[in-house]
Amino acid sequence: MPKPYMRKMPATWWLTKRAYFWFMMRELTAVFVGAYCVLLLVLVWKLKQGSPAFGPVMDWLQTPWSIGFHFIALVAALYHALTWFALLPKVIVIRVGEEKLPPILLVGAHWLLWAIVTAGLVWIVFFK
Amino acid sequence: MNETIQLEIFRYHPDKDSEPSFQTFEVPYREDWVVLDAINWIKDNVDGSLTYRWSCRMGVCGSCGMMVNGTPKLSCAAFLKNYLPGPIRVEPLNNFPVERDLVIVLDSFMEKLQSVKPYLIRQPGQEKPISEGEYRQSPAELAKYKQFSMCINCMLCYAACPVMGLDPEFLGPAAIALGMRYNLDSRDQAKSDRMEVIASHEAIWQCTFVGECSVVCPKNVDPAGAIQQAKFQSMLNLLMPWSK
Repeated sequence: MPKPYMRKMPATWWLTKRAYFWFMMRELTAVFVGAYCVLLLVLVWKLKQGSPAFGPVMDWLQTPWSIGFHFIALVAALYHALTWFALLPKVIVIRVGEEKLPPILLVGAHWLLWAIVTAGLVWIVFFK
Repeated sequence: MNETIQLEIFRYHPDKDSEPSFQTFEVPYREDWVVLDAINWIKDNVDGSLTYRWSCRMGVCGSCGMMVNGTPKLSCAAFLKNYLPGPIRVEPLNNFPVERDLVIVLDSFMEKLQSVKPYLIRQPGQEKPISEGEYRQSPAELAKYKQFSMCINCMLCYAACPVMGLDPEFLGPAAIALGMRYNLDSRDQAKSDRMEVIASHEAIWQCTFVGECSVVCPKNVDPAGAIQQAKFQSMLNLLMPWSK
């Protein structure tokens, strides 16, 4: 019985196509979003310990390393949200009779909700 | 104006070769020719041993899927004029073992298709006698699954899916879309049986939503959508078991 030939998938498969590359970038954003969540937990933990423990953390937050990390994490979170909102119509299908609800309405509703929540947070942080 | 175009074709003979190689053929260029026409010309005029699958030549049978310049395509729908000036590299579909030249081994794909029970199932005692006529369906009920029923089993989605390449046991886009096609059919009563297969470890939860399966689908079936909807359904079943 002749043996079929098995082709190996190269480790660089994600560099062979633009779509694969941007998929990997989307996956990579989760690392930064996850790291930011850990940082938030550490902040809360240090805050609970009182000002002697929180002071050095506040100093570190003002270093270029910290500002750089926050900038990258923000870009990663935005890219993740942008791509996730764009993919939503594939996950949630709402039908009105025979027709699907137009994807733009579904995506638009999520952007609107995001804008309202963001505006609410900005108001709480800066104006309350 | 080109008079000829080059095709670099993947060759592998299981009895003679330990490794595959590429063979270049000079083929007459015709504006209305597709890659399949060029391969047929090679077989008829240059090398009769060239092995590949094809049948209808019109994007219906799903037999002639190949990698054309690295992208899964129906070779009957890939026009030479879109690849000028060439050369065009033709390979067997990715993520499948190669039987010979451009022919892939289909066994695992066929088993996966069967595993989702791709037919209407009525529960015992629920089958209507023939004298009562057909199971009627409204246009809205038809619309729920119609898109997923357009699949021609061409396997381009499997070749585009990197998860398939990394995990050959993955149930894969077409089989999951086919399972969803029957789950969404108002005449069917075996949704929970199928969800056991579709929501198993080697099925929907292996999918990382690359989305290329839907991009390469020649029939706009949107298997990526079917998989994400199955994930959503599976979560609902877990959180709200009474909603099954």
